[in-house]
Amino acid sequence: MYAQMVKSTGEGVKSLDEMEPQERAFQERINADVKIEPKDWMPEGYRKTLVRQISQHAHSEIVGQLPEGNWITRAPTLERKMILLAKVQDEAGHGLYLYCAAETLGVSRDEMTEQLLSGKAKYSSIFNYPTLTWADIGAIGWLVDGAAIMNQVPLQRCSYGPYSRAMIRICKEESFHQRQGYDIMMKLVKGTPEQKEMAQDAINRWWWPSLMMFGPSDTDSVHSAQSMAWGIKQNSNDELRQKFVDQTVPQADYLGLKVPDPDLRWNEERGSYDFGEVDWNEFYEVLKGNGPCNAERMAARRKAWDDGAWFREGLMAHARKKETRIMAAE
Amino acid sequence: MATGKHDQTLFELSLRMGDNALILGQRISAWCGHAPVLEEDIALANVALDLIGQASLWLGFAGEIEGEGRTADNLAFLRADREFRNCLLVEQPNGDFGHTLMRQFLFDAWHLPMLKALTLSSDERVAAIAAKSAKEATYHLERSEDFVIRLGDGSDESHRRMQDALDVLWPFAGELTCADEIDVALADKGLGPDLGAIGAEYKEYMERMLKKATLTADWQAPIRKGGKVGDHSEALGHLLPEMQWLQRSHPGAVW
Ligand SMILES: [Fe+2]
Ligand SMILES: [Fe+2]
Repeated sequence: MYAQMVKSTGEGVKSLDEMEPQERAFQERINADVKIEPKDWMPEGYRKTLVRQISQHAHSEIVGQLPEGNWITRAPTLERKMILLAKVQDEAGHGLYLYCAAETLGVSRDEMTEQLLSGKAKYSSIFNYPTLTWADIGAIGWLVDGAAIMNQVPLQRCSYGPYSRAMIRICKEESFHQRQGYDIMMKLVKGTPEQKEMAQDAINRWWWPSLMMFGPSDTDSVHSAQSMAWGIKQNSNDELRQKFVDQTVPQADYLGLKVPDPDLRWNEERGSYDFGEVDWNEFYEVLKGNGPCNAERMAARRKAWDDGAWFREGLMAHARKKETRIMAAE
Repeated sequence: MATGKHDQTLFELSLRMGDNALILGQRISAWCGHAPVLEEDIALANVALDLIGQASLWLGFAGEIEGEGRTADNLAFLRADREFRNCLLVEQPNGDFGHTLMRQFLFDAWHLPMLKALTLSSDERVAAIAAKSAKEATYHLERSEDFVIRLGDGSDESHRRMQDALDVLWPFAGELTCADEIDVALADKGLGPDLGAIGAEYKEYMERMLKKATLTADWQAPIRKGGKVGDHSEALGHLLPEMQWLQRSHPGAVW
């Protein structure tokens, strides 16, 4: 889940009777599961909420290239290097689809980039953790992409057409991401004692940040209630987190890795795992910019943008020259 | 170095082709997430993927010819600097994005005709790898040619940066088309092309393209070479430890 803390208008959900005819028609379309398209009328709050959510999601894909990109030049085999390159390339592609989806709502990619680089726009907390060993690449694919899929599958049904369609394309690629991560873990746990230790160390460090990806509990949040009424959000954060834990713990068992949560146990009655409380202080600190890698991630993105200014300007200068030449020839 | 009954020249050819692709792929893969625009992050990753894919074919073939059980991974990750056979150009550091594009352009402009010629190799395995790679190289050259022209003939700054890159990298380009005994032996056996002919084509192409890009090459510059026979620049000694580190620090481990 790459958009963890998206605020909607915060005004509370209106009933159909309280709405003006235009808004009522809009809401009825959503209730009837008809997609909203860019040219359709929409409440300003709906547009703003979507822009925030989609751009946060896009930024997360872009910043998300960095922790995994950190290991491309050190991948241990040619095949692993190619798989990782393809995976990171997919994430950049996801960023691109999502920026395009957000642009249909009247915000340009340059504006969104500016918001990311100035620190105004957020991206997922998860990408502010360091990738210290090769096993982290496995853990990211398995846990981080796993959590992302949990969130993105329901988003394929989002009421906004361009976002929903972007999510459908993205989800097709995400399952490959998770599989390659799990496969890395599998090789490690079957490997040397050092490799096994590396794998356990990776789950120790990535487990809790992965659970944070779903965001804090939002059962009482007005923002979430509104997002749900608008068909932007389908499930509560806690629901998705629970689903993720239920799916992932057996996978960890199969790998022979220990989930770093002393409170984790199977609850027969609920048919689900009970698990410990996430350290939400840590989460808010990371979101505020105080995570282990926030500074490095932002510095890397700013450097890429600033160092590339001459390149972008050079291409535009060429296009202008060409245009002048064509005009002169006519 | 492997000796024995296998065809040493064919082995060298595969290493040269494979190492060029591997080292250049390794270099550009470092841009992932750091390129000037998102589309370039994606495009560069594509090129890197193609090149590393090609490297694994060539090196796999080299291991087969050698017949001592070495895989493409063994050759990529467990050979020492002096055993690498890539030309000096591809191991040069990334520099700014202009250097990276210029290095790619100088390489692609040789790589494509070289691969096309190798599709006619008397060894059908060489021809098959070359045919697959040539398709990819066609796209690589289109892309790098387009950028060199647009940025060379772009803003003052982009022109200056591309000219700088050309000044630094041009002396390394000569090695690509400079034949040694191995190239001559390969051509004699019909395994590889006459590098002289490729060199003439390269020169003609460069004159045409650099003019379009409003850039000037120093045709008198002495050629800097040695990589093809294992005499590398210092740059390779920094690239390899990074690339090979995991394999070397966990001998025999499976990944
Ligand atoms: Fe993604
Ligand atoms: Fe992914």
